[in-house]
Amino acid sequence: MPVSRFRTLAPAIGLIVILAGCGSATTPAPTAPAASTPPAASAPASAAAGTSAAPAGTPGTKFAGANINILTFNGPQIAEPLQRRAPDWEKLTGGHVNIVAVGFQTIYDKALLDASTGTNSFDGYVFDPQWMGDFVGPGYLADLTAREKNDPQLNQQDIVPFFRDYNSTYNGKNYTIPLDGDFLMVYYRSDLLAKDGLKPPETWDDYLTIAQKYNGQDLNGDGTPDYGSCIAEKKGAQSYWWIINIAAGLLQSKGTSQGAFFDTTNMNPLLGTNDAMTLALQTYAKAGTFGPPDGLNMDVGGSRGLFTTGRCALTLDWGDVGTQAPGTYAQDKTGAVISPGWKQVLDRSTGKLVPCDPTTCPDAVNGVNHAPFAAFGGWSGAVNAKAPAANQDAAYDFLSYMSAPAQSSIDVTLGKTGFNPYRTSQFTNSAPWLAAGLSQAATDNYLGAIKDSLSNPNFVLDLRIPQTKQYEQDVLDTAIAQYLAKQTDETATEQAISDGWNQITTQVGKDKQLAAYISSLGVQK
Amino acid sequence: MASRNNPIELEPREPIPSGSALRSRATRRATDTLGAWRSDGAARWLFIWPAVLLILALSVFPLVTSIALSVSQLAFSEGGVHLDFTGFTNYQQLLFGLQSSEFIGVLKAPTPLGWAVILATVGLTAAAWVRAARGGQVRPIGLILRLLGGLFLCLMVVLLVRTLLSDGGRPGSVVVTIIFVLVGIALQYVLGLGLAILAVQQVPWRRFFRILFLIPLTITPVGIGYMFLMMTDTSKGPLEPIWVALGLRDFTWVTDPWLARIAVIIGDTWQWTPFVFIVLLAALESLDQEVKEAALVDGASRWQSFRHITVPALLPVTTTIVLIRIIEGFKIIDMPNILLGGGPGTATESMTLQAYLAWNTLNVGRSAAIAYLLLILVSIVATTYVSFVRRRVTDFA
Repeated sequence: MPVSRFRTLAPAIGLIVILAGCGSATTPAPTAPAASTPPAASAPASAAAGTSAAPAGTPGTKFAGANINILTFNGPQIAEPLQRRAPDWEKLTGGHVNIVAVGFQTIYDKALLDASTGTNSFDGYVFDPQWMGDFVGPGYLADLTAREKNDPQLNQQDIVPFFRDYNSTYNGKNYTIPLDGDFLMVYYRSDLLAKDGLKPPETWDDYLTIAQKYNGQDLNGDGTPDYGSCIAEKKGAQSYWWIINIAAGLLQSKGTSQGAFFDTTNMNPLLGTNDAMTLALQTYAKAGTFGPPDGLNMDVGGSRGLFTTGRCALTLDWGDVGTQAPGTYAQDKTGAVISPGWKQVLDRSTGKLVPCDPTTCPDAVNGVNHAPFAAFGGWSGAVNAKAPAANQDAAYDFLSYMSAPAQSSIDVTLGKTGFNPYRTSQFTNSAPWLAAGLSQAATDNYLGAIKDSLSNPNFVLDLRIPQTKQYEQDVLDTAIAQYLAKQTDETATEQAISDGWNQITTQVGKDKQLAAYISSLGVQK
Repeated sequence: MASRNNPIELEPREPIPSGSALRSRATRRATDTLGAWRSDGAARWLFIWPAVLLILALSVFPLVTSIALSVSQLAFSEGGVHLDFTGFTNYQQLLFGLQSSEFIGVLKAPTPLGWAVILATVGLTAAAWVRAARGGQVRPIGLILRLLGGLFLCLMVVLLVRTLLSDGGRPGSVVVTIIFVLVGIALQYVLGLGLAILAVQQVPWRRFFRILFLIPLTITPVGIGYMFLMMTDTSKGPLEPIWVALGLRDFTWVTDPWLARIAVIIGDTWQWTPFVFIVLLAALESLDQEVKEAALVDGASRWQSFRHITVPALLPVTTTIVLIRIIEGFKIIDMPNILLGGGPGTATESMTLQAYLAWNTLNVGRSAAIAYLLLILVSIVATTYVSFVRRRVTDFA
């Protein structure tokens, strides 16, 4: 190339560099969807597939002309029941609802930015109640206390107290309508354990023993070796909930108000530098050695697939496995049990583990301290406080309709919805469960495990203070991912979590965060 | 004006002008020049300023805004959001603070090989600078820029060595991104050139193969990410029978950091090689065949012809391709995100992915700071690259 031509080219190249740089800097958040976040889809509910038969009678006019947008997760769970039932609600009320479904990683920032910038393109959200700490303070969510109390359609008293009084409240007021009940439980292959005369795991040591026993055996008769334990370990997925769940029984033993995330006297992280966290990390990593070789890249979708195809002896999950088992290899071979506990507990003053006794673990059963973890808390509906009043009314009514016993008692029995039981009537009425394909024994076992968790006075509430997402999905998730990938050891991992959490606490304000944490633990109704 | 400047449309020869005629002509020329100037001015306003304003609005203004974001902490309050000024905290955290192990990496003492690489780099850089200074052909400002460029190069090599060629070191997103860029572009260029050379040959199914080679470029990166996610799954993916037949049922790409990075590089190479291929194919087809034929007649071998005729002729195009790929490569996000979520651990976390993950938790300040550091890195690398190849291209020309 002649020099003159190159000189002509040089400024153009320079311009490209500048523009590229501009592009990089001006787009700090690339719009490329994450692995678990397929492209966002805004689907008119009326176009949703699988629409159930419309209610009989003439169309209602209660919300005629109202056109509301509800933001939620694209699942396809969670969005599915909303899209499927929206036409029924539209017929009942004359309103129209658009279900705007986006990836899980996107819901939080999309909702928060929409509300905080005054765009208000969404009238309601079906999201994680953990995020209320960021939404309620600035006044982005409508106070639903009076509405819920006086709503015969919702039948609030039918909702289990944990979800009604804690999950849907913040500072004593109701801001969300429960649509889902979430507790982590352990699922086991009941046929295998029965054959070998084994009991379901009571402690995490039991869990590892059973996992080791079955690892490498052919568990589903297809001639290939299978796995003892399938617990998701993927970064940017659910790992941080699993480690909290494993550590919970070591960190909290004196009831919910003790808290499992921070020391309520000084806001020091409990998931930090102490022996309890060391043991929990080692247990999580050990369980991974009895799992599939690509466990580090497996999320909860992968572990469910492996368990329901009979390739795993044990798994840790929300209630979804129980409702996804019918019609799969795992049908009538799936048992559920309260999340395993520990026979020792953290002495917070020394950072060492001490044996469980009536003083250190007053709620222990057979010397085992269980601390069932309400990870995530369950999908919940909320109303945008800045939406037009008519839209707020319509959005509330739609969410109330979704939660009403007539709809929810069916939805929680279907694996495709992603919803798990949260109403008293859902635990007492077996008919919908049997209709969904579960046997009576499986129903009793499944609901029994959830009831054991809900009735445990030592259940652990998920973190719900400002910047919760940074505490869990940024700092904790990154540290755990590095540990599981053997990039860091226990000491470095604990230090990274402790330092990262302290940094966020300092940025937001230690007193403010401590007050918010104590407030979130002290629900009394 | 047109007829005056057009030698074909000659005006009738005028008589030799007198003094007053000369003044008149000078006045008319001046008026014409002013008209031209006015015309150029109007053109500037009409055609250039809209483009300038558009660039200002779409690029420069957001650039300035993101500077503000990078020195702030986003906070939510009644009725909106506000930015709390935090100074350079976000940058400090990334470069020296809690996030440095994720961004820069874990730095450890180099191995003997690492020391050798560092010393060799420093020595060669210093020698090149001294040679340039003694040559007397480079201006002082050029020498200063070369000194800064040399220092940057040495700094990068030290970073690479202390994270990759050290005991216990671990690369952060900066080094991981550099690895993706360097290895990926090298592979893409070699493969793209090879395919282009094949595609210019008179072989059967030539057109079919040209289209076939282009297909990856037309697929959305997200789709490619999911496709590779399935293909690299040795236990459940569509290639599972092949993996099993090869005895690789329990093999996984995702537990070893380097295997995971290789998987990302393979996916990225599959996606971008067609771009290199199509540009080089066009360049090869536009080459003057007579020169090559003359060389062959003069007894040059095919290799000599390729080495001394084809390669120099492709150099300007190569320069541009590599530059574009450098700029694009530094922004890699789709493949590591979809394939591995940046894992295992943070082994495949690129700078853009790290910024994206920070944005996901609405840590906008950190996200903007990472984007700015990326901008600085890309600008320095691209400018250094252009300066470096400019002389070579000039020499060949």
